[in-house]
Amino acid sequence: MVAEHILSLVTWLPIFGGIAVLFTGSDRHADYARQLSLVIAVLTFILTLPLYANFNSATHAMQFVEDHAWIEAFDIRYRLGIDGISLLLILLTSFSTVLVVISAWKVIDRKVAQYHAAFLMMEGLMIGVFSALDGILFYVFWEAMLVPMFIIIGLWGGPNRVYATIKFFLYTFLGSVLMLVAFIYLYQQSGSFDILAWHGAKLGLTTQILIFLAFLAAFAVKVPMWPVHTWLPDAHVEAPTGGSVILAAIMLKMGAYGFLRFSLPILPDASHELAWLMIALSLIAIVYIGLVALVQEDMKKLIAYSSVAHMGFVTLGFFIFNTQGIEGGIVQMISHGFISGALFLCVGVLYDRLHSRMIKDYGGVAGRMPVFAAFLMLFAMANSGLPGTSGFVGELLVILGSFQVNVWYAVAAATTLVFGAAYTLWMYKRVIFGAVANDKVAGLTDATPREIVFLSLLALAVLAMGLWPYPFLDVMHASVDHLLQQTMTSKL
Amino acid sequence: MKFVTPDMLPALPEIFVFSMACVILVIDLFLSERTRVVSWWLAQATLAGAALLSLKLAVADPVVTFGGMFVADRLADLLKLGTYVITFFVFAYSRDYLRDRGIFRGEYFVLGLFGVVGMMVMASASHFLTLYLGLELLSLALYAMIAFQRDSGTATEAAMKYFVLGAIASGMLLYGMSMLYGVTGSLEIAAVSRAIGKMSPDNIILIFGLVFVIAGLAFKVGAVPFHMWVPDVYHGAPTAVALYVGTAPKLAAFALFLRLLVSGLEPLAESWQSMLVIIAVLSMAIGNLVAIAQTNIKRMLAYSSISHMGFFLLGILSAESNGYSSSLFYILVYAAMSAGAFGMIILLSRAGFEAERLEDFKGLNQRSPWHAFLMLLLMLSMAGVPPTVGFYAKLLVIQAVIKVGMIPLAVAAVLFAVIGAYYYLRVIKLMYFDDAEDRTPIRAGRDMQLLIGFNALVLVGIMPWVGALMELCRQAIKTLS
Repeated sequence: MVAEHILSLVTWLPIFGGIAVLFTGSDRHADYARQLSLVIAVLTFILTLPLYANFNSATHAMQFVEDHAWIEAFDIRYRLGIDGISLLLILLTSFSTVLVVISAWKVIDRKVAQYHAAFLMMEGLMIGVFSALDGILFYVFWEAMLVPMFIIIGLWGGPNRVYATIKFFLYTFLGSVLMLVAFIYLYQQSGSFDILAWHGAKLGLTTQILIFLAFLAAFAVKVPMWPVHTWLPDAHVEAPTGGSVILAAIMLKMGAYGFLRFSLPILPDASHELAWLMIALSLIAIVYIGLVALVQEDMKKLIAYSSVAHMGFVTLGFFIFNTQGIEGGIVQMISHGFISGALFLCVGVLYDRLHSRMIKDYGGVAGRMPVFAAFLMLFAMANSGLPGTSGFVGELLVILGSFQVNVWYAVAAATTLVFGAAYTLWMYKRVIFGAVANDKVAGLTDATPREIVFLSLLALAVLAMGLWPYPFLDVMHASVDHLLQQTMTSKL
Repeated sequence: MKFVTPDMLPALPEIFVFSMACVILVIDLFLSERTRVVSWWLAQATLAGAALLSLKLAVADPVVTFGGMFVADRLADLLKLGTYVITFFVFAYSRDYLRDRGIFRGEYFVLGLFGVVGMMVMASASHFLTLYLGLELLSLALYAMIAFQRDSGTATEAAMKYFVLGAIASGMLLYGMSMLYGVTGSLEIAAVSRAIGKMSPDNIILIFGLVFVIAGLAFKVGAVPFHMWVPDVYHGAPTAVALYVGTAPKLAAFALFLRLLVSGLEPLAESWQSMLVIIAVLSMAIGNLVAIAQTNIKRMLAYSSISHMGFFLLGILSAESNGYSSSLFYILVYAAMSAGAFGMIILLSRAGFEAERLEDFKGLNQRSPWHAFLMLLLMLSMAGVPPTVGFYAKLLVIQAVIKVGMIPLAVAAVLFAVIGAYYYLRVIKLMYFDDAEDRTPIRAGRDMQLLIGFNALVLVGIMPWVGALMELCRQAIKTLS
């Protein structure tokens, strides 16, 4: 029973759990809300582990499939299933949510129940996005997720939160509605909302290009790709720590996931036709946004721009059409989920103490917070792609892949190793080293056991993926090979 | 000539509601201020009884009676049931509001029930005269209801405007019908359709008649460029009346469109399709854009209603049964959302205070997280954000226009939906992100609380069964000749 409906379970458990948390009511019972959400988040994480354990990595077929009638008139079905690509993203989601709940424990003291409920619901919706095999079901999860995020940024965010959150909502909404039109068009062509049926649908080149552009509007905004990335720094800066973590670790991945699940297999010819555009946008993101990150004075903004640059790597990997590229892109997605999540949590740790995100307000933190400084060191190194950390694997694979296509792509992409190191380590130097900047810094206390818990969980993940990436690569091989084969088969 | 008694049975619900309205009118004379609630109970019981009758008499195949003037089919049944349910909610929401303002009179419910009879007749009309009769019965009830709070200047002004403009629109509709009669020689919708089918679609009088009919219809639903009355009426009328005007009559308007344009003038589909495209695009554009500039939530909802009518027309203008059922679904959903939204305004209002400025929603999440959450659902549903039912409604109408190949229109529609999302989000922003100025606790009767909770929650809770509701709409359209 449980085994058959495991995907439904991990999708709906957090959603209904979130509703239950809402009912713990006012802040007088805040501890109940916290404990209940921790239980639900951990339970969901534990329930996603069997997905990995029982996953058959030899096949590219969808696994743990569920299929029920929903809206029969339009052949819209409740269809769930995962392959090697979505499996990893689901694990990343359930893992990150646990961290978010822990990280909010002491920090959020206002409307605690609503805060945790929003995150739990978002977890369920994101898992739904990664496991939906029906276009409309996918769209419902994809859009519904905006609502809790809108509330999270707007209610617990920084001073400019209202502007940031409305910008975030409308930007992403605008992108998605065009995708919806494309979905309906695909339905008219194929007679079904089944995503796998779309993979096989025959489409002419002009149609493919138009649909590709509609998809691009949705996915490029989510990734975000240059030049539609401008919502991200605003949203990140204003969001509370947990919101930034989920945004960076998972929401951005949904755009990239969209390319893998929709654009590449459904529109192979348009993907090849427009690959130059995608590669150009990706390289601009890598180089130009890397430079922009260098001059940021706000730590969160810096990490946000660094995210855009790293996601440029992901999209570059997807559109050079070889195994290294796509696998490198996926590894980069997962690894960036860990690293950016960790960096935002680190900034959160500092912010909770000093209530400033400005680099200039810090300096000499190492003397006061040695344990924290060590963690941040690891994550900063990982962000700059140090071998032995997860950041290295993905970047190396993508650069290797792009060498096969065009040396100059590889050269441009490789500049990230320089810029990434420059902006991350320079920030690290200014914040952590040097003389103690002011009295406030002098009064800092080191990471608490609670903070050490979530930072070491992430440190473990970053190191494990860097030192032994095999378990991650193994599950995705069959799916990536199949995807590549679909991408290489013309539909014309 | 022999007089044949028509088969009264299919019209039993109409006869029942009409008789009950008269009975309540008389009973109400003998009620004191304290016992007036009896009228309310009787009105609600009438609606419940009518619903039972309609369910009992529901037919699978159309039954035509009264010499071809009246038809009972699935579409009529569905629309009538929708009307009863919506009106039931409207009366329930209105009770305390009217009482707090000293206008808790039997006339509100009697007029409301007469309006319901008008809507029912429209839903079942198969003859131009019946259609017009139903429409006027409804309109006259509405004119009186809007002016109901007679000490209020704005209400009287709104009623005057609505009356004058409404009379012109009725005149136009009637003029259009008379031209169609002149050309086809019949007032019976089916016969008109047959006659037009044999004619050239370029017949100039036909086209003229069609233009007048469309203008009349567009006025009745409040679509651009015949929308001017909507914001004034919604704003000026007491909220309980705006609630009535903004909900169930839209269902009747759907019947008007279907019976006239589809059953009657479908041979001219190509002509009315292009007219409706313009009306729909303008409605979506002006409705959504002007709504952004509003500071009064009732005016905002009025412009929102104009834009929703634009979306609703998308299904009709696709000129095929898939589109009609999409529009039917849309209008049912819209009536439910609109009832909920006005219900929330009523809930926040109290004696001597009208919660009709947007600012009045400030910090609602601090005052009452539960009500803020309900309003959040209502606003998201109006904006068409999944998983609320408003999304499925938009999905259906957009799907309908894409199916007939009007992709640019679909793209325009979704872009206007994004623009529209802004002002719904603004309400959410006020409720969740701003601090409350007014911290008066929200008081409302238990039945009101229960019903409005149900009203808002059903908008997401229906998700697993949304397919069944669509199927109902498809069945209703299928039996249409």
